[in-house]
Amino acid sequence: GLFVWRLRKTGVPQIPCQFVHLYHVPNNRLITFQYFNFLKRMYVTQCNKDLSQQAKPKSDSIVSPFHELQQLDQEKKVVHKISPVSPVHQLGTKTSSRNGLRELKSAAETEDSVIPVGAESKEDRQWKEMKLRLDDLPGILARLSKIKLTALVVSTTSAGFAMAPVPFELTCFLLASLGTGLASCAANSINQFFEVPFDSNMNRTKNRPLVRGQISPLLAVCFAAACGIPGIALLALGVNPLTGALGAFNIFLYTCCYTPLKRMSIANTWVGAVVGAIPPIMGWTAATGSLDAGALLLGGILYSWQFPHFNALSWGLREDYSRGGYCMMSVTHPGLCRRVALRHCLALIGLSAVAPVLDITTWTFPIISLPINLYISYLGFRFYRDADRSSSRKLFFCSLWHLPMLLLVMFTCKKSVLEKEDKGDLPGGSHETAMEIRLP
Amino acid sequence: PPAHSRSDWIGPPDRLSNLRPVVFYVPAQESALERRLREARQEAQASNQRFWARHNRAFHQEKEEFIYSRLKAKGLELRDESGQKATLNAEEMADFYKDFLSKNFKKHLQYNRDWYKRNFRITFLMGQVALVRALRWLRWRKKNAEQ
Repeated sequence: GLFVWRLRKTGVPQIPCQFVHLYHVPNNRLITFQYFNFLKRMYVTQCNKDLSQQAKPKSDSIVSPFHELQQLDQEKKVVHKISPVSPVHQLGTKTSSRNGLRELKSAAETEDSVIPVGAESKEDRQWKEMKLRLDDLPGILARLSKIKLTALVVSTTSAGFAMAPVPFELTCFLLASLGTGLASCAANSINQFFEVPFDSNMNRTKNRPLVRGQISPLLAVCFAAACGIPGIALLALGVNPLTGALGAFNIFLYTCCYTPLKRMSIANTWVGAVVGAIPPIMGWTAATGSLDAGALLLGGILYSWQFPHFNALSWGLREDYSRGGYCMMSVTHPGLCRRVALRHCLALIGLSAVAPVLDITTWTFPIISLPINLYISYLGFRFYRDADRSSSRKLFFCSLWHLPMLLLVMFTCKKSVLEKEDKGDLPGGSHETAMEIRLP
Repeated sequence: PPAHSRSDWIGPPDRLSNLRPVVFYVPAQESALERRLREARQEAQASNQRFWARHNRAFHQEKEEFIYSRLKAKGLELRDESGQKATLNAEEMADFYKDFLSKNFKKHLQYNRDWYKRNFRITFLMGQVALVRALRWLRWRKKNAEQ
């Protein structure tokens, strides 16, 4: 990310900031880069006070608008003086000299002289040629597809695959992971394609490739198609049709339901939670070929997890959401926001207890996971009661390590396939027979 | 952007709208299709700029007013002893955020519709232009190969 790059430039020790990578968790596209930049912001302010100008937590930005207003007034005066000169002619371009464009450029030019360079680097303030450079392309596409988030989604899918009560098969696993990864890239690209002006206005998303003009919308859509179609085909033909259908459905849900819904109703959070719950289900169906209760339970766990995670995070982003026009619970229904977060923390305890009933794990799982589930529920309760920044941050950071830990414990408590074979649950005891049945 | 450049140029984010302005290159032999595309992009850019500049300005203005009225209600001065601007914390601002969002809800719905339509149209035109250019290039290649 951009922040890490800046840190390297100023020579700040990176070690504390690399903690960010350790806390990567299986996540859904709902979260996007929000949490990632949010984390970095936290660590940057702790690492080095000098950098705090670039990375202040949102509450401090209240001070700046007045400053901006003053500058706006100054700008208006300067713009009046500059427009008669018409910088369009100075640049000698052949563009139509529309007033809007002139003002734009005057504003862009005057702000350099009137306003001292803020947090943006010098490079950011320059005009860039909108030409695609091939050696930049991998980086641009990685950011377009939110590659890190995609990696987390794929790891959730692997968790689902691993928890399925069938012998592990490498080819199936790899195909499912690859297919899911491609589908996620496609969905993320389309999401960014839809949200360009909104992303420009929010701090955490303003450095995305489409916002910066590094890639054209056409290319973004082509890339999405180039990832999505092979991805779904891979899932449908190389794994099984059910997984392919789930993948396609998830892309649709994310791009055509969640993304537009974000600006229309708070229901987007629930839809987004489903989007996050589907990858582990896909992992499970990739392994077993059917939608069992176990798949739904795993999906349910991830679904419930989304709420404390996202609601806690969105608590600190209320200003950006309000200005950007996003309908989020934290802005419109703050009480509901906290209630839902708490409700789902408690649901996690319940769901963990259901796991052994469905024969997915042994009874040790709910017992071992109880401490971490209780802890997140406690933080959820504190968030519910206090409704302040510190409790929301505590809950958010807890959710980051809570999920991987829960999934890890679940995996270690997994009911072994051999046990099931002894009980005669699995048709055909030998490993080879199971492999033969699995051949596509 | 330099005068001899043959591509579009994109600038830093606008102070008001946070959108990056684009200066479009107009080729000497611009086809009707290419002209339609360029005009669509210019129109979208102008419209976006108008919307967000106005919207953001309104946001900051109303925010200031809100802070001012709240501070007055609490009986506090606008600036404290050290001369720093007094601010409200996030919880107090929450009412303002909620209010602002609901006030602008319809405006956003309308803007969303317009933006999606424009975005699809521009991308579709881009696709058409790219296709035409590709066919032209293929024909040129074929002609060169035959010679």
